[in-house]
Amino acid sequence: MSLSLEDVNHVASLARLGLTDAEKETLREQLSSILGHIEVLSQLDTDAISPTAQVIEVDNVMRDDSASPSLTQDQVTQIAPRSEKGFIAVPSVLGGPDEGGSA
Amino acid sequence: MSELTRLSATEARQLLDSKAITSVELTEAHLERIAEVDERVHGYLHVMTDVAREQAQRADNAIQSGQAAGLTGIPVALKDILCTVDAPTTAASHILENYVSPYDATVVKKLREQNAVFLGKANTDEFAMGSSTENSAFGTTRNPWDLNRVPGGSSGGSAATVAAHEAMLSLGSDTGGSIRQPAGFCGVVGLKPTYGRVSRFGLIAFASSLDQIGPFSRTVHDAALMLNTVAGHDPRDSTSINTEVPDYTASLGYDLTGKRIGIAREYTIEGLEAGVSAAFDAAVKVLRDLGAELVDVSLPHTEYALATYYITAPAEASANLARFDGIKYGNRKEEATLQETYLRTRGEGFGPEVKRRIMLGTYALSSGYYDAYYVKAQKVRTLIKRDFDQAFEKVDAIVAPTSPTVAFPIGSRTDDPYQMYLADVFTIPANMAGIPGISIPGGLSDGLPVGLQLLGKAFDEATLLSIAHAYEQATDWHAREPARLS
Repeated sequence: MSLSLEDVNHVASLARLGLTDAEKETLREQLSSILGHIEVLSQLDTDAISPTAQVIEVDNVMRDDSASPSLTQDQVTQIAPRSEKGFIAVPSVLGGPDEGGSA
Repeated sequence: MSELTRLSATEARQLLDSKAITSVELTEAHLERIAEVDERVHGYLHVMTDVAREQAQRADNAIQSGQAAGLTGIPVALKDILCTVDAPTTAASHILENYVSPYDATVVKKLREQNAVFLGKANTDEFAMGSSTENSAFGTTRNPWDLNRVPGGSSGGSAATVAAHEAMLSLGSDTGGSIRQPAGFCGVVGLKPTYGRVSRFGLIAFASSLDQIGPFSRTVHDAALMLNTVAGHDPRDSTSINTEVPDYTASLGYDLTGKRIGIAREYTIEGLEAGVSAAFDAAVKVLRDLGAELVDVSLPHTEYALATYYITAPAEASANLARFDGIKYGNRKEEATLQETYLRTRGEGFGPEVKRRIMLGTYALSSGYYDAYYVKAQKVRTLIKRDFDQAFEKVDAIVAPTSPTVAFPIGSRTDDPYQMYLADVFTIPANMAGIPGISIPGGLSDGLPVGLQLLGKAFDEATLLSIAHAYEQATDWHAREPARLS
């Protein structure tokens, strides 16, 4: 399994990870190698096997729809990197070069 | 080293209750021990001196008024991935440097309710991703038995602080071996409970279908004491199961007559060190001498567990770590636009292993690869779980080495991620199947601890602890101390 630099760029963009060129090259090599080890799974015929996403049997868990105190506005804005007048302040959402999501 | 830091939590409990010692004395002895050795061990990222002193005073008051519970006044360390309101919770990552959670993890709350004493936050691989604690953004923890070697990981700080007598007990988390492997490397007891046994609310999530919180201790009885406190259903974690929590200290055995213990031939692999193999064989003989019947079992899909894990865990991690975007909390590297802010915040905030796993997981979940990787891994997971189901029809527990090697030298595996992943080859299957596992001191190889692992049926921690206790009482490995640290 060998990844191209294009693959790495695509996945990094999906993951919103800013990577340097050196990091991209290292990751290209390392991920290719790890995926090579993972190829071992193709030895197994799993056509008739159902997947396991998690191991416990749980049904939908419901609770009463009743109001209870949550974190206060102060608690939330205190841990935000930047806040203004009780709101969390963020940079411009629209109008940037990557408007519309992944490249 | 003060004799007070040599006590087990169980011994300390008796001395506290009989007023022979106070929690303040016990806590001060541990703070002194931390001051004495942690510069070398680096088990703690943050020592909670003021909090600990206040809690110790409160614990002594509670004991005076006859309100002592299991861990009242006992000094503990918390893996720095468990949220605490009165100390930073960093996940050993720059992206959460200085972050203080507005709420406590449920396990933290339960300890607080008993007036346990929080000594500090223990080092870990960044976001619990690693097998050596070398992926911490804030420096590597060192193995108290040999400071040039790793303590294992990811809960390396939780293991090392208990091994170095810098904490009486600690909590860690185990996604692919992150409690059992460092417990083995550091010569202490480490228990990964069944998936669903302990609430994960307030545990910073790594891989949600695998993560589980559990105790480190120097004796099996102490691990049972901690499990008594933290186990149970929590409405805030819908994957925590609402079944009865027994008193785990009540069933600790001395005799294994009638117990059937499985040995899986698939755990005899290339790469198993001779010293580990010899210790394992000797341990099996002890189990047999105690009356256990040793039975051959087969877990034929063991060799596929590592590959299955390295799709499943990174896939889940890539989704879980999407929340670290620099917007609502944590550190932000602000740029002109939101998109650029995301890229730079995450690019500069995460370390190399975390990036590697986010990339691997995102790839495995991406369009065109989802079926070939993610669904394939889930199907193999079914086979791995089925192996255990079948084996446990024949046996009460399975015994295996915790790791193929003893603690390796710092820096020796950092160049090749896959070599590092191999350190967890014996611990990963239990997480895939959701079953409990415990590592206990099971010998020495060239002066370094060897872990003995026991795997059990889902929600049957009592049997694991009972077998582990019988072995412990018949050997003296748990009483050995890391001599070089003194």
